[in-house]
Amino acid sequence: MTEAPATVKRPRIDLGYFRYQLKRSPLTIVGLTMVAFVLIVVIFAPVFATHEPNAIDLRARLAPPTLDHFFGTDEVGRDIYSRILYGGRQSIAVGFFVVFLAGLTGTILGALSGLIGGRTDTIIMRLMDVVLSVPSLALILALAAALGPSLINAALAIAIVRIPFYVRLVRGQALIVREMAYVKAANTFRAGRLHILRWHILPNTLSPVIVQGTLDLGSTILLASALSFIGLGAQQPTAEWGAMVATGRNYILDQWWYSGFPGFAILFTATGFNLFGDGVRDMLDPRQKAR
Amino acid sequence: MRKSVLDIDNLSLEFPVYGGAVSAVNRVSLHVQEGEIVGIVGESGSAKSVTAMTAMRLLPRESFHIRSGRITLLGHDMLALDEQKLAAMRGRDVAMIFQEPLTALNPTKRVGAQMLGVIRLHTRLSEREARLHAIKLLTDMRINDAEEILQRYPFELSGGMRQRILIGLAFACSPKLLIADEPTTALDVTVQKQVLQLLRKKARELNTAILFICHDLAVVSQFCDRLYVMYAGSVVETGPTRAVLSAPQHPYTRALIRALPESARPGQALRSIRGVVPNLTDMPTGCAFQERCDHAFEACSSIPPLFSLDDEKRASACWLCEKEHAA
Repeated sequence: MTEAPATVKRPRIDLGYFRYQLKRSPLTIVGLTMVAFVLIVVIFAPVFATHEPNAIDLRARLAPPTLDHFFGTDEVGRDIYSRILYGGRQSIAVGFFVVFLAGLTGTILGALSGLIGGRTDTIIMRLMDVVLSVPSLALILALAAALGPSLINAALAIAIVRIPFYVRLVRGQALIVREMAYVKAANTFRAGRLHILRWHILPNTLSPVIVQGTLDLGSTILLASALSFIGLGAQQPTAEWGAMVATGRNYILDQWWYSGFPGFAILFTATGFNLFGDGVRDMLDPRQKAR
Repeated sequence: MRKSVLDIDNLSLEFPVYGGAVSAVNRVSLHVQEGEIVGIVGESGSAKSVTAMTAMRLLPRESFHIRSGRITLLGHDMLALDEQKLAAMRGRDVAMIFQEPLTALNPTKRVGAQMLGVIRLHTRLSEREARLHAIKLLTDMRINDAEEILQRYPFELSGGMRQRILIGLAFACSPKLLIADEPTTALDVTVQKQVLQLLRKKARELNTAILFICHDLAVVSQFCDRLYVMYAGSVVETGPTRAVLSAPQHPYTRALIRALPESARPGQALRSIRGVVPNLTDMPTGCAFQERCDHAFEACSSIPPLFSLDDEKRASACWLCEKEHAA
């Protein structure tokens, strides 16, 4: 005899579906593995590091990779392997900070713009056009320079420049959802704007924002490194990948490991996030689900 | 005498556009009584939906202009009622079902949460009572595992299932009138039949009147008690369904019935009505159908009123009917 369960309580998130999607997309698995690897290594940097990231050892300057210094040492004898582990904390924290800040601000502005329309919409969207009209790297440079060189300011600058992308994305989505019968019905019941925003608009814009955010993580990390590379981001002696590549550039002909390993770390992380982001997009895009 | 639910009297409505106005609704009178299923048929653009939407004041406020007429819904003057009272009536006293069940439910929320939200908005039921009510509504719509369906997201359900959920929900507060705007057009024929039967059964049970908008004469013939045939924004013929369809008086109704694929023999070309619907921004003077009509004569250059026919409820807006009566 089989017993029928009284009520079937379905889980909030169906993990089986994600597992199924992952199986069909090996590149996403690769991306996910890369991202997971980087995150674990970076979060547990103190466990994996062999040296203090800022410990100077003048006896072992610019030493090639050995068993003691896996990735060699820099011009004052700091262990590059350990510095990459700790440096990743900066780069990745910037990535998440920027995506969170730009995503949140952009989503709120975009939803308001799409929902309220009229003058509010015009003002918000023209402001965004102003930001978009300047080439983003030039604007980031200008903002970062104006705010003063530090990693936080660099992150702020990047976030400001990324906001319009989220605003446009969410506004477009809000305009579509606003015309749906269920929102119109809510309107006829005189549902409040806040209710419509929270109950209808935001849930329906979440998945494109997540996709955009995941894809942005990679490029943001790259941008933050680029800013540090030209001296507008992390400052000495903080370990940061872009800054390390920049200093290592002076020694690139003789000590390839100095720039090489941090550079590879950037490449690895950005690639991982991009692959993963593509995969997330395929998973969350309903039009792809049919395949 | 049964109580009247909806009375539209001599309604004329236009949409202002650049350089003129679209006369969408012209002198339409339409009555729905308690518990009655009334159909509106007509081709696209004949103002079926606009008429129904106006009755509920669902058109965007600035987009239209009412030239004349009155709309009385459950004793309220719908053209004068304030927004707050309107909002309270919508969904409780009058419910609507639309053609596309896909966009009527929020894809990111479970069916149960959405149903409960609507039920609790209009009633004082507790969460638990509302849930039981929702399950009852779904069970009445022949949804077997109602409890499980409440846990589902809309995209997990078929179109017929979604439409049954919406119909169930429309009956949540035992409305006096249900406006159904082509509720089964998006469904295939077998599902359509089932949904219509459920709709009819439930309406009879609760004594809910239905204003049923449709362009499928076959569906209308089985479903409605009474019928309004509309053409280019006017009612051209009305009467009990059987009488209108078996003995159509207006040339337009006759032409429509002749054009049904069922009335053609295999191998024979399908009949159609020659010409096109007149431009609503530039209506011909007189009868709107005259240019496509085989029987047009001098009188057609002035607008025909609705002539009452022998049968008390029958009426047709054609000068031919006057001629026959005079003769």
